[in-house]
Amino acid sequence: MLKMIKNISLMVMVALGGISFANASGDGGYEVKRHDWPHAGPFGKFDKGALQRGLQVYTEVCSGCHSLDYVAFRELVALGYSTDEVKAFAATYEFANGFDDEGEEKYRKGLPQDYFPAPFASEEEARDSNNGALPPDFSLLGKSREHLSMFTPWNSVYGEDYIVGILTTYHEEAPHGVELAEGMNFNETFPGNQIAMAPPLFDDAVEYADGTVATTQQMAQDVATFMYWAAEPKMEERKKMGLKVIIFMSLLTIMLYFVNKSVWKNVKKGDDLV
Amino acid sequence: MTTNDQVEHDEEVTRRNFLYVASGVVGAVGVTSAAWPLVDQMNPSADVLALASVEVDMSTIPEGQTVKILWRGKPIFIRHRTAKEIARGVAEDNDPMKDPVMDKDRAQKPEWLVMIGVCTHLGCVPLDQRGDFGGWFCPCHGSHYDIAGRIRKGPAPRNLDLPKYVYLNDTTVKIG
Amino acid sequence: MGSSNYEPTNKAVKWFEDRLPILGLIHGTLGAGYKTPRNLNYWWNFGSLAGFMLVVQIITGIILVMHYTPHVDMAFRAVEHIMRDVNYGWLMRYTHSNGASMFFVIVYVHILRGMYFGSYQSPREVLWFLGLVIYLLMMATGFMGYVLPWGQMSFWGATVITNLFGAFDFYDGMGESILHLLWGGFSVDNPTLQRFFSLHYLLPFVIVGVVILHIWALHLPGSNNPLGIDAKGPGDKIPFHPYYTAKDAFGLSFFIVIFAVFIFYLPNIMGHPDNYIEANPMVTPSHIVPEWYYLPFYTILKAVPDKLLGVIAMFGSILIFFVLPWLDGSKIRSAKFRPTTAFFFWLFLVNTIFLGYLGTKLPDEIMINMGGGIDALTLGRISSVFYFAYFLVIVPLVSRFETTRPVPTSIAQSVLDARKEG
Repeated sequence: MLKMIKNISLMVMVALGGISFANASGDGGYEVKRHDWPHAGPFGKFDKGALQRGLQVYTEVCSGCHSLDYVAFRELVALGYSTDEVKAFAATYEFANGFDDEGEEKYRKGLPQDYFPAPFASEEEARDSNNGALPPDFSLLGKSREHLSMFTPWNSVYGEDYIVGILTTYHEEAPHGVELAEGMNFNETFPGNQIAMAPPLFDDAVEYADGTVATTQQMAQDVATFMYWAAEPKMEERKKMGLKVIIFMSLLTIMLYFVNKSVWKNVKKGDDLV
Repeated sequence: MTTNDQVEHDEEVTRRNFLYVASGVVGAVGVTSAAWPLVDQMNPSADVLALASVEVDMSTIPEGQTVKILWRGKPIFIRHRTAKEIARGVAEDNDPMKDPVMDKDRAQKPEWLVMIGVCTHLGCVPLDQRGDFGGWFCPCHGSHYDIAGRIRKGPAPRNLDLPKYVYLNDTTVKIG
Repeated sequence: MGSSNYEPTNKAVKWFEDRLPILGLIHGTLGAGYKTPRNLNYWWNFGSLAGFMLVVQIITGIILVMHYTPHVDMAFRAVEHIMRDVNYGWLMRYTHSNGASMFFVIVYVHILRGMYFGSYQSPREVLWFLGLVIYLLMMATGFMGYVLPWGQMSFWGATVITNLFGAFDFYDGMGESILHLLWGGFSVDNPTLQRFFSLHYLLPFVIVGVVILHIWALHLPGSNNPLGIDAKGPGDKIPFHPYYTAKDAFGLSFFIVIFAVFIFYLPNIMGHPDNYIEANPMVTPSHIVPEWYYLPFYTILKAVPDKLLGVIAMFGSILIFFVLPWLDGSKIRSAKFRPTTAFFFWLFLVNTIFLGYLGTKLPDEIMINMGGGIDALTLGRISSVFYFAYFLVIVPLVSRFETTRPVPTSIAQSVLDARKEG
């Protein structure tokens, strides 16, 4: 009987596994390449250099179209900047600040508590400037583009990899038989392969402050790291605390195992019944 | 008489009791550490703390004028005092007062008076350049403050409170 | 709850106890006063674990409310505020969101344990009902909670699920009136969010009330046990404390380790990435999936071609658990002594998991590629039929006609038998 149950469950598991494999290679046809991110894994920490370079790519290239609504300048200390550097960075932005006595708009310099200003005042304006497409906000893309699978982890697509994929898999010309709509570009990673965004990165699009060679791949990885940080700024704190909690609770579990064993010692064997 | 059995039994009991107590202590430590985040979440959050201090460039305030700014949900009065006003404040140093203090102790630089604009009586915001002493007057219950923000007449118990502030340069202060 | 012979020795305690016998109540419910079968295995830990999760959800939930704003313009931002600015806010939110999943895992195991060992049988039918009521309340609470972050899945999940009630269109415009009543408008919008928030806050406390009744109903007949026979003699039972308090404490501690792995290392694996995109009534995500704990029922819904019948089948698939005590005609409770029942139980479990798996698939997705190819819809229909057949055909027949194994005369006897065997 038991054996039969085991066989059935094995069969089901194999079937499920097979189905998932079939699925992985089924739709789209393009695979998102997995990178070895220093911030992945239980001990992962953000690469501060990559974060700073990513911020530079964002401000110099992406921020013309993409907002970063939920990130405040003050949070940039996590990238390894001092508070004075953050203050100076914030001051490079200008914010509307009410009206003067003649009814003219007044402006002030940005402060650390301000949030990254959006490039467009409204969705309509954004679409108008981008051929009808809406450039998504960057704050949570690192998490909203990821597809995690618990039981078939090899099918998971991680947000950072997807972003790198988008930025590095443009084709100059669409493959044979693919009819691109007007103003669209061919991208292997993007669902449906037709993306409104023109290839945003080319080699040496930015001149890195730290002297790193700005290849397209390098910039893509840097900005992906930055975007993942923007989406999950408490990741390091989370993993650090998790380690402590798990070690502590494992210890307590072991102790309670022996407590339980000792409490049950006589009853378990039925000594009290004899 | 103590038999071997009993010694062994006693040892086992000691060991067992130690295990129980130790587990209890570790468990209690765990519960306490878990409780801290539940409490700490009520403390001011990062976005609130970011507004806890403000920097004010006072160079744009003309002499003889007061500006009001909002700091931690309360108004701050910053008055650019004239030489005459400072002289009056100093001259009245020895007049009878409820909360006596020298004019020079009311401001780090005498020409810039930085105060929390909340009446120390019941929390109203005093009006600028009113009252009997050339300073502030609280309309709620008639407290009169002088040009150094000292309580001179009326029900308020204390002078207008001073926030913590530091000069970042000659005319810029960081409040809080 | 447990009647108690609790006699405090301390005078002050006795004075208090004479006026409010609450310590005696605890003593008789969770203390040495509650006599429990001595042979409960680790599957019996899940009741106390479920209680723990209810408390965790209520505490973290109350805390999240301190920082959350139930308004369509602010809800999404409020959640990000919790995640980024509030001290340990990310911990509260991830504990709450993963806690919901953990709560369901635990309750599913708890229900399946009851099914396997026949805990629903006489005299525990009302206990079983109350458990199912808790489960239904949990489903409602979980669904409304998922709407609160106001992401894309929140919005479209709410739209799809509320639209189910539009199926009850018995006269012209009735379905629509039901929907307008649920939404407080003409679509899922701010009034909907606000009422869901209100109910999401209320229902857990209703659950607490039903849990108290559930424990009350448990303490009259006492716990069932793996042998499924009544615990009669004093040798069959042991006091709840210290035996089961120690066992529950160990189980809880172990569970927290697993829970922590999810909170700290896999916090988003149970969620849907689209919920990190703010709700947008103009754009439907390409693939709407409910939370995993609704998936088997979602497949049953999709399997039926008619809207009303699909909704009825979906609700029926849950409500059918209420009649399980009468579908099962066996005199023996535990599947330990009912090999055929045990076999079909495991098959039912595998089938239900498979239904859940199909819930994540698009109906026309090809699942098995042998020659013609079988799509997810067809498989979903086969699985759904088996699901109902299990309750309506297999259980009634098997329980009445199967050959059972010999049942021990008492719990104490089975312990002694095992002792003899070594």
